[in-house]
Amino acid sequence: MDAEKIQIIEGRALPMRGEDIDTDRIMPARFLKSITFEGLEQHVFEDDRLEATRSEHLHPFDDPKYQGASILIANRNFGSGSSREHAPQGLRRWGIRAIVGESFAEIFFGNSLMMGLACVTASASDIEALMSLVERDPQARLKVDLKAGTCAAPGLTVPVSIPEHVRDTLMTGAWDTTGLLLDHYEQVNAVSARLPYLSGFSSSPR
Amino acid sequence: MGKTLLQKVWDLHKVRTLPTGPTQLFIGLHLIHEVTTPQAFDALRQRGWKVARPDRTFATVDHIVPTRQRQRPFLDVMAEDMIASLERNCRDFGIPLYDIGDDRQGIVHVIGPELGLTQPGLTIACGDSHTSTHGAFGAVAFGIGTSQVRDVLASQCIAIEPLKMRRIRVTGQLPRGVYAKDVILTIIQRLGVGGGNGYAYEYAGDTIERMAMDARMTICNMSIEGGARVGYVNPDETTFTYLEGRPFVPQGEAFERAKAWWRSMASDRDAVYDDEVEIRAAELTPVVTWGTNPGQSIGITSKVPAPVGGDRQSIADSLTFMGLTAGQPIAGMKIDVAFIGSCTNGRLSDLREAARIVRGHHVAKGVKALVVPGSVSVQRAAEREGLDATFREAGFEWRDAGCSMCLGMNPDKLEGNQVCAASSNRNFKGRQGSPTGRTLLMSPAMVAAAAITGVVTDVREMVEEVPAGVR
Repeated sequence: MDAEKIQIIEGRALPMRGEDIDTDRIMPARFLKSITFEGLEQHVFEDDRLEATRSEHLHPFDDPKYQGASILIANRNFGSGSSREHAPQGLRRWGIRAIVGESFAEIFFGNSLMMGLACVTASASDIEALMSLVERDPQARLKVDLKAGTCAAPGLTVPVSIPEHVRDTLMTGAWDTTGLLLDHYEQVNAVSARLPYLSGFSSSPR
Repeated sequence: MGKTLLQKVWDLHKVRTLPTGPTQLFIGLHLIHEVTTPQAFDALRQRGWKVARPDRTFATVDHIVPTRQRQRPFLDVMAEDMIASLERNCRDFGIPLYDIGDDRQGIVHVIGPELGLTQPGLTIACGDSHTSTHGAFGAVAFGIGTSQVRDVLASQCIAIEPLKMRRIRVTGQLPRGVYAKDVILTIIQRLGVGGGNGYAYEYAGDTIERMAMDARMTICNMSIEGGARVGYVNPDETTFTYLEGRPFVPQGEAFERAKAWWRSMASDRDAVYDDEVEIRAAELTPVVTWGTNPGQSIGITSKVPAPVGGDRQSIADSLTFMGLTAGQPIAGMKIDVAFIGSCTNGRLSDLREAARIVRGHHVAKGVKALVVPGSVSVQRAAEREGLDATFREAGFEWRDAGCSMCLGMNPDKLEGNQVCAASSNRNFKGRQGSPTGRTLLMSPAMVAAAAITGVVTDVREMVEEVPAGVR
């Protein structure tokens, strides 16, 4: 698996307005019925997009002016609900490389990190400013700089936050965890040896 | 200074601090199912890794299984594919699988406790956000994504950040007709669907202490709907009594030693919490969701809110989607479907309580009502008590075990913009398999009442006694 070093994510942006956008909306459950993640990019927000089409609106993911965007701008508690990794997988495969949001649901945040999809937070007012800017000028190029802790757009630079270790993980390309967890396996064995439930509680209690 | 259960379990299972910052935590029990694992097994094969602890990994099928016509191959080719893939993976990697036709099959969060796999003091992981259910036993149980499933399969560990602790104390006597489901829906409504981000929830107080294990599981199950990945109840005599004699629980002297250890893992009296919240049980009423997330709920006698304040946009969106008008009473809203089941409320006591409401009545004309037991074991136990007959006579369909209409990954789906009274956990748009389907979350007794009357109904008008499940 590639362990790309990620520091700067640059590109056009897509504003995805709404609080508490859950992973059932990002990736409806029927698209989880597959033994691979392939093709999920086609189904991102599928039901929301159909609903928008029916009511003669244009969903941001269908809007021609946002095609090719690589930075998603989101509001509060993005990615809540189900732990389905299919949600960030779909976004990543669609072309999203970074999400700037007011806040993220914990499992979604962790799942995204596991595939090198950077989630950074900004204040509600800065998110609103970024969304407005992109809605006015969809061609605007944004630059999320993890090291500097900024998201820069033409005429507007806002501070963004990311937990230090998450930033380091992305910047050093160490976001593929399995290898790390398998290092020093003697320490894992030492932990399992001290767990009374793994020995059937055969000795006296600790 | 004392420690919380979370701290004790964490310290005991901590392997090391990873060079990247998070904790490497050993996982005592890994539960897997057909939907979130195929890609993880593929990754193992690609890298030539084995499953580190097949002896601590257990599989079942629940998400996509049909709840009738279960002969193989399934009519749904993709579902058949996924089951076949899990069967192959379990065979190749030496993992026990409780498959269709096995008496131990069921929703992963129902069978873990039933088999006694779920025990106090464990770390538990599963590729499903409702893994928090197992916290009812005083386990620290995490919902994880597929990449972390790969990590656990390969290493029996996860990389995770420490959590803050919030204690939620529920005190006093629950009024009749008010259940664990109403307690957790109230908690989510008050703290918000994102309020638990970064926290583990400890549910405490005399109301919780008096609850049976099924009710505690309902509470812990929906921790994630409040944003908390982990929720638990300290283990006590109720926990030990439930566990005694179950297949994976030690017996005799070993059970006594286990009990002593389990007891020692409970939070100390002088443990310190980052936050504390108090809920008074006596003030609670039956709760119904009116919106499109589990925090958008009101008491059964209340009116649907108006789109005002900071959340006015999401309130307005939800009202439009649900076809509701601000100020409208929720009681009396017409339903099309009644669904009793899921990892939240698909256990025996849930079915008993619903059956008590249903007995002697009939499902309202035009309402499709179904009961889906959480496991084969729940199904058999209910059948021994004649609950299946009670439901059938009342016009309910009695199905086989699985997740079913909680998430509509099998043939059980809402159609069009049907309104469903559901005992499950999520009222998200499209959740029950129809993009425009509408879900009203409530307790199983409330679902039963709505099925009978055809409209959202205050179950307190139909029950005289204190609910059995929480006594």
